Amino acid sequence: MATITVKRPKLSFVEKLYLPAIFKGLKITAGHAIRALKGSTPDKTLQYPEQKWDDELPEHYRGAPALVTDEHGRERCVSCQLCEFICPPRAITITPGEIPANDQWAKVEKAPREFKIDMIRCIYCGMCEEVCPEQAIFLRKDYAITGTTRAEMVHDKTRLYEIGGVREGLVNKWNDLK
Amino acid sequence: MVGYLALGSGLHAPISRPFTDYISPNMDWFFTLTTAVKVVLSIVTLLTIVALASYAERRVSAIIQDRVGPNRVGVPLTLFGAKKDWAFFGLLQPLADGLKFILKEDFVPAHVKKFYFWLAPALTMIPALLTFAVIPFGSTMVVGEHTIPMVIANLNVGPLFILAISSLSVYGIVLAGWSSNSKYPFLGGVRSSSQMISYEISLGLSLVPVLMVFGELNLSKIVDYQNHNGWLLLPAWGEGLSVERWVLMIPMLISFLIFTISIFAETNRMPFDLPECETELVAGYHTEYSSMKFALFFMGEYAAMVVGSGIIVTLYLGGWSLPFGLLQNDEGSIWKSLAHVGCFLTKVVAWIIFFMWVRWTLPRFRYDQLMRLGWVWLFEIALANVFLTAVIIMIFRK
Repeated sequence: MATITVKRPKLSFVEKLYLPAIFKGLKITAGHAIRALKGSTPDKTLQYPEQKWDDELPEHYRGAPALVTDEHGRERCVSCQLCEFICPPRAITITPGEIPANDQWAKVEKAPREFKIDMIRCIYCGMCEEVCPEQAIFLRKDYAITGTTRAEMVHDKTRLYEIGGVREGLVNKWNDLK
Repeated sequence: MVGYLALGSGLHAPISRPFTDYISPNMDWFFTLTTAVKVVLSIVTLLTIVALASYAERRVSAIIQDRVGPNRVGVPLTLFGAKKDWAFFGLLQPLADGLKFILKEDFVPAHVKKFYFWLAPALTMIPALLTFAVIPFGSTMVVGEHTIPMVIANLNVGPLFILAISSLSVYGIVLAGWSSNSKYPFLGGVRSSSQMISYEISLGLSLVPVLMVFGELNLSKIVDYQNHNGWLLLPAWGEGLSVERWVLMIPMLISFLIFTISIFAETNRMPFDLPECETELVAGYHTEYSSMKFALFFMGEYAAMVVGSGIIVTLYLGGWSLPFGLLQNDEGSIWKSLAHVGCFLTKVVAWIIFFMWVRWTLPRFRYDQLMRLGWVWLFEIALANVFLTAVIIMIFRK
C-alpha cells in the first residue's frame, strides 16, 4: 500500500512532436501580451514612489521600532535592557541612567541616558516589543528608513521618541490597542 | 574625407562640385569609401538594435507576464529645472545599463587562464558581427554612373561563409568555460560545445534544399530572385506561381522549421539555453565574468540573434523585398533602396520579437532531450528533406 507506482503517461505521436504544445503555449502568452497592449490587464503593479500603500497598512504592520511616552509625558522605558539582550541582530544599544532624586518620577529609579537602534541591523522582528515589560517600545508603521551615511541610520533617543509619540493606556493581550 | 585628402588633386578643384565628383573617377576609392560607410552604418545599426533588444526583451517579457517592466529611465529634465522628468517609456534603459557596465570593476579572478579569459568575450561578439557582412539589406542603389550594392561583401558563397563564421562563435563559449577554471562555467562550456556542434549539422543540412531550389550561393542574387519570383515561403507572384514552387513548399517548410530551431540552438536562446541556464549553472559559461567582458557576451548573444533573424529573413522570407512584388527597384532609385532597407529591418525586428516571445513561453529542454531532438529527429529529417527536394525537382524539371 505504501508504494504507489505512478505510470508514465503514454504520449501519442502528435504529443511527442512537441509542436502542438508549443503553439498552444505561444497562444497563451500572446493572449496575455495582447491583453496587456490593449490595457485590459488588471493594474496590479504599484508604481512605488508615486503610489504608496500607506493607507492600507494593516494594524499589525511591523515597521521601525520606536520608544513611547505615557499620558503623563513620562518616558516608559526603564532601561532594563531586556530588548538589548533579546535583539537577534544586536541592533539596540542602551546606556542606562539614573533618575535624579528630586525628579517627579524618582521612584522609577532608572531611565535610558541614551537609546540607540541601528536601523541597518534591525530586522523588524518585533522581539523588543514582545519582551518589553513596561510597554515602552513599539514597532510603528514607518518603513522607508533611508540615509546617506551609516551614522544617519542609527536612531538615537530623540528620534525614537519622535517616531513613537505618546501611547496612552496599557496594551493587554486581547484589547484593541496594539 | 579620406578619399578627398588622398586624391590630392581634388584640393585644387572648385569647391562647388559635389563630393562624389572627386572620387567617382577612381573606382577603387569609390568602392572603398562606400564599403567603409556601409560597414560603419551596419555596425552602428546592429549595436543599436542589440541595445534596444535588451530593453525590448524586458518589456516583452513584462507584457507576457502581466507586469510593467523598465519604464523609468528617461531624460532627467528635473536636473535642468523642468517640473517633470521625461520617462520616454524607459527607452534610455540600455544607455543606463551600458554606463553601469563601463563603470563596474572589471574583475579577473586569480584562478583563470588570463589569455583565453580575455579572448573569449571577443570571440563571441566578433563572429556575430562578421556574419552580417554577407547579408543583403537593401536593393542596389545607383548614384551617378556607380552602383552601390546594399551588402557589405557580395560573396558568391554567402551561406557557406555564414555557416563557417557562425560556427566560430562556439570557441568563445568553450574558451570562456574552460579558461574560467571553475565548475559552473566548465559545465556550461561543455554543454554549449556539444549543443552547438550537434545543431550545426541540422543547420547546414536544412540549408541544402534551399540552395538546391535557388541553384545559387550568392545571397544578393537569392534575394533578388525572391523579389521577382516570390518568396520561398510565399511564392505568390512571378515564376513563383508554378506548380513546382507550390509543391516545393512542403520541403521548404520543413527546412524552414529545422533551420529556425537550429538558429535558436545556435544562439543559445530559450528552449536551448542550457549553456547558461540560471537555475542549474548560476550563469553558465560567463559566471566568472563581470563588467564589459560580461556585456560582450550579452551583446554577442543578441547580435547573434539579430544576424540569425537576418539569415532566416534573407533565405526564406524574401530579404529586403516587399510581398507580392510591390515596389520593384530595377532603376536603382535611392529612396526605394532605403525603403527596402526599412523593410528588411522591419522583418528582422519582427523575428527578434518572435525569438523573445518563444523565450518567455517555453521551458528549457533537458540535456538528453536536446541531444535526442538534434541527433535523432532534426538530423534525420533534414537529411530526408534533401532527398525529398531532389526528387521533386527531378520530377518537375525533367
